[in-house]
Amino acid sequence: MGKVGAPEKMIINGKRLDGRTVNDFRPMKLEVGNLKRAVGSATFSFGNTYALSAVYGPRTVHPRHIEDPQRAVLRCRYAMAPFSTKERIRPGTSRRAVEISKVINEALSNVIFFEEYPKTVIDVFVEILQADASTRCAGLNAASMALADAGVPMKNLISSCSVGVVDGEIALDIAGLEDNYGDVDMAVATIGNEDKFVLLQMDGIITKDQMKTMLELAKKGCAEIYEKQKQALKDKYKTGEIDDDESE
Amino acid sequence: MDEKKSEILVKERQLVIPGETLATGLDFLPSSGSFRVNNEIKSKILGLTKIKDRFIGAIPLSGVYIPKMGDGVIGFVDDMQTTIWVVDINSPYDAILPLGEAVGEYVDLNKTDISVYYDIGDVIYAKVLNISKSKRVQLTMNDHRTRKLIGGRILKITPSKVPRVIGKAGSMIELIKDKTKCQIIVGQNGVIWIKGEKESLASKTILMIEKESHISGLTDKITKFLENGGE
Repeated sequence: MGKVGAPEKMIINGKRLDGRTVNDFRPMKLEVGNLKRAVGSATFSFGNTYALSAVYGPRTVHPRHIEDPQRAVLRCRYAMAPFSTKERIRPGTSRRAVEISKVINEALSNVIFFEEYPKTVIDVFVEILQADASTRCAGLNAASMALADAGVPMKNLISSCSVGVVDGEIALDIAGLEDNYGDVDMAVATIGNEDKFVLLQMDGIITKDQMKTMLELAKKGCAEIYEKQKQALKDKYKTGEIDDDESE
Repeated sequence: MDEKKSEILVKERQLVIPGETLATGLDFLPSSGSFRVNNEIKSKILGLTKIKDRFIGAIPLSGVYIPKMGDGVIGFVDDMQTTIWVVDINSPYDAILPLGEAVGEYVDLNKTDISVYYDIGDVIYAKVLNISKSKRVQLTMNDHRTRKLIGGRILKITPSKVPRVIGKAGSMIELIKDKTKCQIIVGQNGVIWIKGEKESLASKTILMIEKESHISGLTDKITKFLENGGE
């Protein structure tokens, strides 16, 4: 540590800055089908990190030259809203946004049945409305739910969470100050609750053993998120029933 | 060799999500909306399960329209070339209506402008004649039900919910037609054309069916809704 503005200790008596233990997530909120004009949409939030995703398509490809006669093309766009952080973010694409769009695209490409819709494009938009670390994980979770909501055929959902090292301890779901002043931050995504990783990015220095424990923890975390995603998708059709009874 | 037992893990018309295991063992076969991984049949989509004999699949609750041969669709004429019309059929693939399939008589292209038959912006009810492997969709007007739609209003619903709007052997749509005295044409592509005095009641009803398509006992509810005049 020793950085300006850094809290002296981020884990005191096994409790983190926001009162969680090292194996806890921030409170999560998942919703499906928020945007009526998109084919599929979803929001996902980890505490103060709030991601909104919309899926359009499969639809006709423009520009025509990226069209593939054998399979659908996946286009992902990740963007942070100018107001998503304390300091204003210049709207439009940046080096970081391009990178995250690419890793989200690659993670999702592992599960979609592209062959079913040749000559089309599936557009996935991920907007971060509020950022407080782990935005790519929240974005990916929202995107996979939005794809399922859009009726895109998939092998499974994608579940993602972050793990890291804070004050020398391995912790799940890195947030805010932990991201800024922690030692290691690692974003992980798995195919549902299976044993397959589709995203793994990290910074910082760790040992081989730490890496193994972190991956184990991430796997457990992803499995937990997977259950929530499943529930959220099923809830969309359940809550519809209750709402309608009330309104009509 | 250990014999694995085959087992269905879901009920008929159960809500499933992508990746959910529908059945185990090799005695069952995946149909549309499902796929096999080793010993398991899994759902590809968010939908309701469909079990028929040995086949297990899922019917989607959302998604875009993919044309099938013989489907009746409502399309918007988007573009016109010398001998074809390009029709938007609410699908990722644009459809083509060739002159020969559209007009029954001989047309002298030197003398006539084909816009006298169909013009850009027209709405037509056509039949899907053929889909090539490269997803070129051809339409035809050589069917007694196909025609140009004039007046009325257009409604778009999720294409996977069209069967629910039509009902078993057309029961639901007949009910709406009967109660509202409207002319209604439902395209398989999720585009619906309504013309008549009680257009708004008919469209309200159809939107309600779309919203509640996954609930059983819908027909009674709709009957009541129509009798109360949309209340």
